[in-house]
Parts: sequence; C-alpha cells; structure tokens
Amino acid sequence: MNSILQRYSGSNAGGLSKSTIDEDNDFSDAMWGSEAGFGTLAKGVPGFVVPSVPDPAAFLRLHTDDHADPSCRIKIQHGTTTLAFRFQGGVIVAVDSRATAGSYVASGTVKKVIEINPYLLGTMAGGAADCQYWETYLGMHCRLHELRNRERISVSAASKYLSNLVYSYKGMGLSMGTMICGWDKTGPAVFYVDSDGTRLKGDLFSVGSGSTFAYGVLDQGYRWDLTDEEAQELGRRSIYAAGHRDAFSGNTCNLYHVKEDGWKFIGNYDITKLHYEGPGDVAGSPGHGYGYDMRVEGRSSANPPEAPAQA
Amino acid sequence: MSIMEYNGGSVIAMVGKDCVAIASDLRLGSQALGISSNFQRIFPVTDRVYVGLPGLATDVTTLRERFRYRVNMYTIKEEREIEPETFAHLVSSTLYQHRFGPYFIEPVMAGLSKTPSGGFKPFIAATDLIGCLNFAKDFVVAGTASAKLFGVAEGLWEPDLEAEDLFETISQTLLNAVDRDAYSGWGAIVHVITKDKIITRTLKGRMD
Repeated sequence: MNSILQRYSGSNAGGLSKSTIDEDNDFSDAMWGSEAGFGTLAKGVPGFVVPSVPDPAAFLRLHTDDHADPSCRIKIQHGTTTLAFRFQGGVIVAVDSRATAGSYVASGTVKKVIEINPYLLGTMAGGAADCQYWETYLGMHCRLHELRNRERISVSAASKYLSNLVYSYKGMGLSMGTMICGWDKTGPAVFYVDSDGTRLKGDLFSVGSGSTFAYGVLDQGYRWDLTDEEAQELGRRSIYAAGHRDAFSGNTCNLYHVKEDGWKFIGNYDITKLHYEGPGDVAGSPGHGYGYDMRVEGRSSANPPEAPAQA
Repeated sequence: MSIMEYNGGSVIAMVGKDCVAIASDLRLGSQALGISSNFQRIFPVTDRVYVGLPGLATDVTTLRERFRYRVNMYTIKEEREIEPETFAHLVSSTLYQHRFGPYFIEPVMAGLSKTPSGGFKPFIAATDLIGCLNFAKDFVVAGTASAKLFGVAEGLWEPDLEAEDLFETISQTLLNAVDRDAYSGWGAIVHVITKDKIITRTLKGRMD
C-alpha cells in the first residue's frame, strides 16, 4: 500500500513541461494497466504534451478562444444550466443535458453530474473535457486521502484540492465552472469552484448560460427547512425554467439528492414533458404541466378549461 | 453575433401532388432568450399564395406591410389577383431595391399558379436577403435551422405526395430539424394549400 501511495504522492501542481512525455516512447508499465484510466499520471504528476512553440498558451488561445475568432476553434461546450443547493435534508443537485456547438444542438443526453465518489458530486459547465478529466482526477486523490488519513475527505478539502489544481494552470485555457457537493462531518456542503481559481462556500449556486433563469425560480422557492420532496421539486422546476427560456439549455433534467449516507440519483426528466404534463407520479409533483398555458388553465375567462367532450 | 440569428426562426416549403405546403416554427427570441412561442412569420398574400419571412423580427413586420402595399397596388392596377411567379419577382425586386442596406429576411413563397387550361400548378420559391430567386422543384428552406432542414428534407421528401402525406412530411421535417437548432422551435404552424381548400394546423413542439 505504501508503495502505491508513494508513487502518486509527488507534488500535484505545475505538471507541465515541454519534454515531460515523448509521445511514442517512454511508456511506463502503468500506461497499460487500468490505473483508473490515469495511467499517464504514474509518475505522480499529470503530464501533457505541449506544442513546441515559444508561447504555448498563446498558441492554444489562437485555436480555442471564440471571442477572438469565432470561425476556427476547438469547440467548447458553453450553454448549460446547473444548480446545487444545501438545505435541512441534504444537498440537491440538478442539471440539464444539452450540448451545443454554435447554434447546433450536438447532444441532448449529456451527463453533467460527475459522480466523484459515493459521497461527492461535481457539476459540469464550461469545457466538458476539462470538467470530466479534473473531477475524475480529483476522485482519485480523494481516495488516496482516505487511504492516508483513514477517513473521508471533507467537501471543503476536496474542493480546495481542485481549485489549487486549476489555479496552477491559470492562463492555459482551462474552462470550468463547477459545484463540488457532498456530505461530510460538518453536514451537507456545496462549494463553487471555477477555472479562474475562485472557490466559494455557499448554500445555493447556479452556473451556466441558463443560471439567471434557474436563480429566478430557486430564490423564490428556497428555504432552509424545505422537505426532501419540496427540495427535489424546486430543483426540477428551476432546471425546467432554464431549459424552457434559454436556447442553450434543455432536453432533459438530471436530479440528484445527497444525504448523510451518500448521493442518490432521483431521476431523468424530459423538459418538454415537464412543460406539458409535469414530472408525473413523483414526490412533490404539482399534478400538472409547468408550462404557462397548463399552469393558468381555468384560472381566468381568457383561459377557460377545456370543454368536456359532447356525449 | 449575426443579425440573421438575432431573433431565430425557420421556414420550409414543399411541393406535393397538386398541392404545396409551407411551415414555420413559432419562436421569437432575443439571442439565447426565448421571448414568445406564438410569433407568426407566415402570411397569406392571396387565397392561393403564402409567404414566410424568417430573419430579423422587426423586418418581418416592415416587409409584410411593404408586400401588402405592393400587392394591393398590383391588384388594383391589373384588376386581378397576383400569380405566385409574379409575386416572387415582386419580392425579389423589393429586396434588391435595398441592395446596399438590406432587410435581414430570406423570404420563402409557396402557392398554386393558374395554368392556361384552367388547372393549378404547384409553385415554391425562396430568395436570399437581397432578392436572388431560387425556384426549386422539391423544397426550399430558410432561417437559422436551414442547414438542418436541408438534411431532414433531403431524407424525407418524395415526389407527388397527396395533401395529407405532404402535411405529415413537412411537419416531421420541420419538427425534427428545429429540435437540432438552438434558435428555432417552441411550436410550429403548417399550411397546406390545395386547389379547393387551405389546411392550417398548429403543432405542439419541444418547448426547450
């Protein structure tokens, strides 16, 4: 066990060097083992192949920065709605599932909640690959922390590990806005971490192009003493609002609930179905569609209820 | 930011057997923000000609009024209803008048034109924003989902579809194409023009 620990316990930051990896030679045995998919990190420090130009960061920016040059670039997922909030009964994490490339809806079935371990969830906004890679990498280090210290890592420590890590790559073009959510000794916890190096502790966050719409519903309905059912409904309803109004969010909503004994996947809900029919037979369901026409049906003379079929 | 994508929206027209269909989504947006799910951008010109105006919403209203004015003047002077071919050229010349400061609209037209023998012939056409006419024999598309519409239409359209089959084809084409476009959707409307009636149906679509 110690030898495994040793191998991974090098310094964790600044693992970038132009000659770290010669792409074709220099495979360690670890490359071929599973190593949780992180075989390239066998030396303890992540190694990346860097273009051999005087200023790699500027070179990368030339090909990725969409503000400078919208035509030629590596497409990065921008549109998203993710939210997480803390309440009496734990943490609710809800996200949409749309991925867009420009105006093209590239996928409607993206998993934007990353299951770091049974007690920790991460959300995905910004660069999909960046979030996926670094949050999985974070999971690996959370496990090593458990082995070293004989106890689970706190959400605070895990999020700080991630924020220090992305800060060491500042200016290199990493793009992520994430919420690290979980339950530790202190109870339910949510931390916002982004690629600028910002790390914030809080009760309630929403990230992405649809976040303003989600905040609107969330702020209106949020209380600390929400029941589990009310909280799940609030998460679902907030993502629906964003999916409906924001062109770059939508398709489906994935809902998670973190409690003392770890996270639980609550369900996947089609946003159009939520609009017309509501969430169906689930806890906290309003019993009708979330859409305006469905919600106000029969409430005024301008919206009479549908006439019963003639006999 | 492209001015053609500012408000979103798409239109498609298809030819069938002795009928034509024209359909559009109902979204009006302000870039990523959806504003309305009941925005009409297809208008009747005569009993047998419809025009769809995808593009900048402010120009939809302006151009619609401009076309109404010119069609009324034509009807008064000629003492007869305008034929779809003539209307297409009217649209084209109106747009080219603004060659150096165009309306940001790419009109799509669909109609039935009279034949010398007294029958009707399907007609569809589209132009770009400065009036270059495109007469097609199968289908025409325009708007933010045009690339996606081309793909789906290319796969679903076949010659000599009856009115109800044409309705199904154009509806499926539109609904599936706009689901792949962030700026189009939020419901749809379809018009099928036949020699003795016009079928207009509003479709439920994805609301995200």
